[in-house]
Amino acid sequence: MIDLSRNHFELFGLPARFAVPADAIERSYHEIQGRVHPDRYADATDAERRTAMQWATHVNEAYATLREPLKRARYLLALRGVDPQIETNTAMPAEFLTAQMEWREAVEEAALAADVDALDHLLARLRRDTHAEFDALGRELDEGRDAEAAASVRRLMFYEKIQEDIGHAIVAAEG
Amino acid sequence: MALLQISEPGESPAPHARRLAVGIDLGTTNSLVATMRNSIAVVLNDADGNALLPSVVRYLAGGGVHVGYPAQAEQAADPHNTIVSVKRFMGRGLKDVAYPENTPYRFVDSPGMVQLRTAAGVKSPVEVSAEILRVLKRRAEESLGGDLFGAVITVPAYFDDAQRQATKDAATLAGLNVLRLLNEPTAAAIAYGLDNASEGIYAVYDLGGGTFDLSILKLTRGVFEVLATSGDAALGGDDFDHRLFCWVIEQARLAPLSPEDTRLLLTHARAAKEYLTGHAEARITATLGSGERVDVSVTRREFWDMTRHLVQKTLAPTRKALRDAGLAPGDVKGVVMVGGATRMPHVQQAVADHFKQAPLNNLDPDKVVALGAAIQANVLAGNRGAEEDWLLLDVIPLSLGLETMGGLVEKIIPRNSTIPTARAQEFTTFKDGQTAMVIHAVQGERELVSDCRSLARFELRGIPPMAAGAARIRVSFQVDADGLLSVSARESTSGVAASIAVKPSYGLSDDDITRMLRDSFDHARDDVHVRALQEARVEGERMLAAVESALAADGDLLEAAERAAIDADLAALRAAVAGTDHRLTKAAVDRVNRVSEPFAARRMDRTVKRALAGRSVEAFSS
Repeated sequence: MIDLSRNHFELFGLPARFAVPADAIERSYHEIQGRVHPDRYADATDAERRTAMQWATHVNEAYATLREPLKRARYLLALRGVDPQIETNTAMPAEFLTAQMEWREAVEEAALAADVDALDHLLARLRRDTHAEFDALGRELDEGRDAEAAASVRRLMFYEKIQEDIGHAIVAAEG
Repeated sequence: MALLQISEPGESPAPHARRLAVGIDLGTTNSLVATMRNSIAVVLNDADGNALLPSVVRYLAGGGVHVGYPAQAEQAADPHNTIVSVKRFMGRGLKDVAYPENTPYRFVDSPGMVQLRTAAGVKSPVEVSAEILRVLKRRAEESLGGDLFGAVITVPAYFDDAQRQATKDAATLAGLNVLRLLNEPTAAAIAYGLDNASEGIYAVYDLGGGTFDLSILKLTRGVFEVLATSGDAALGGDDFDHRLFCWVIEQARLAPLSPEDTRLLLTHARAAKEYLTGHAEARITATLGSGERVDVSVTRREFWDMTRHLVQKTLAPTRKALRDAGLAPGDVKGVVMVGGATRMPHVQQAVADHFKQAPLNNLDPDKVVALGAAIQANVLAGNRGAEEDWLLLDVIPLSLGLETMGGLVEKIIPRNSTIPTARAQEFTTFKDGQTAMVIHAVQGERELVSDCRSLARFELRGIPPMAAGAARIRVSFQVDADGLLSVSARESTSGVAASIAVKPSYGLSDDDITRMLRDSFDHARDDVHVRALQEARVEGERMLAAVESALAADGDLLEAAERAAIDADLAALRAAVAGTDHRLTKAAVDRVNRVSEPFAARRMDRTVKRALAGRSVEAFSS
């Protein structure tokens, strides 16, 4: 069995916080994956090849978690023992809910018309709109305001859901 | 150009002899084999100087087989028994074959993969592909003067699990040790990237004979990272031939054609398509079986107009891959063109228009995949030089999921996940007292099971009877570095477990493979015992070399007793390899594997620690 006692930040030799330069995460990833990847063990024993596959799988998982801002935020909260109550706490400001409804309507309309350009446009706007939210989330996490960070995570989960819906609509529209 | 290295007299340049490794491009239309020679990737030619081996196999009534140019020359005379573009049938059922009535084959609808009835009996596409691979293996061994250590076989990036497994099975059947299945666009990127030493985002546009792939890669400091891949596993140069062929039939007002005439005209259509790449007009003349003459001229403009929709069809996957990578066409630094079909000027133009830059064509689009595969094969075989310290990170092209109630798909691993990857999810029972559960793995992006490809189905039995929703069944997916899936399931309260390496619904069982192997030996091309012994020896020697080098490097990780146990099993393996019983060797290999397992884990842990040594957390805290 492989030793999984280190958390993802420790594995990558990075400080456990939200603000980490993307290229530092990538550098660590390449460095570790360059040593454990199955391609390095193609002529090794079965036992080593299996271990390499498990390690490389784990390193890929760690990278996927640290690279994506929302996943990184949720992982940090989990390390701190904070439950963001994504399923249970759905209380949101009315303003936010109205904005959500408008987003949903816009996506549905473009999906019904199978308008890929419009969907692409919505995707780009969504990324722009959530940028500031992510900046705020980063400050909350790195200043130890975990309760506020949990609320930000819950809001951003809504946006992630919309992003997924747009992705599905594009797949459907392009057949 | 790299300088050749000469070692000190009496000194070996490497800890072990260089291993013979090749890259094989098993293409829809043509196949190639390449290797590294003096640090340069070269394609190996046949005795007549041909680099390409047409992927055409003709079965003769007496059990003989013609492969390549001879078979290609005979296809119009014997269309039922001459299989072209067999890659289109790999891992596919009869219902997946587009217009079976337009092909001359006698399909056999079997529950799994479609089969073909020939003069030499019923053949699976896997067996047909294995014939092509055998010829390339022989070519390589004659050219390199020795047994192959292993081969990298390329597959379209958009191939699903069933098609990948079928390709691997064909290689096994041909007696090849598969070092890795490598995605074709990624192979091309290696050939280009190492040549140009470039960094940045690249797109690989790969339009082959029967498949289209579009991969977006990021090249950084010797790492080739595939960000997204997309494509169409049933779109290629063949479709352009077919469109022109249909046009000729309309123009010449021909009555329905015999299989012989169909092959004849398709061959002429293909020649005309190729001619139009360099000329404004092509003339198609042929005499049909009835004596009727066909004489039709087609201009380049007409050909472009009639096939424009096919070119357009490649742009939707292109947009999808860019979107999945979160990029715009302007972010792409270079577009690499791969596959013979990219020679068509209107394809070049469409790509240039989409990316707003002239695509890269400096390597032969027919050879670039095989060359990249050869470079990777050399590295995987352990012949890696210091200058070849680079890493390849690839992805799965299609999402993997499970069937849930109502025929819906629950996605477990999303497309474009970097491999190897694993994911587990918990499911529960639907009815009170339910004791069994069907685990049905599917691949695809759609929400309904019926719109996705069925990969495998197995049952988890012996779940203790509980109220509906009380059982906790954890289903784990693991995708290895070849992009192949294995699935396991476990009920957590009772520990009942079931697992399978996914033998796809459209694949072959181990029994099928054993039978096919036996069949191929019946043709007396090989001796089954000699081959088993030879394979066991190669495996045994590989194992000895691997464990000995591991002990030399990290032997200090072992307690004295552990070391003694490994040494004893190694001695037994050495004796078995010197003997003539392949079963003894196999058993000894298994024992060494088992006893060295904890050692392998500790070595890897040390490797990870070393990767991090010298780096401090403080370095990033400013």
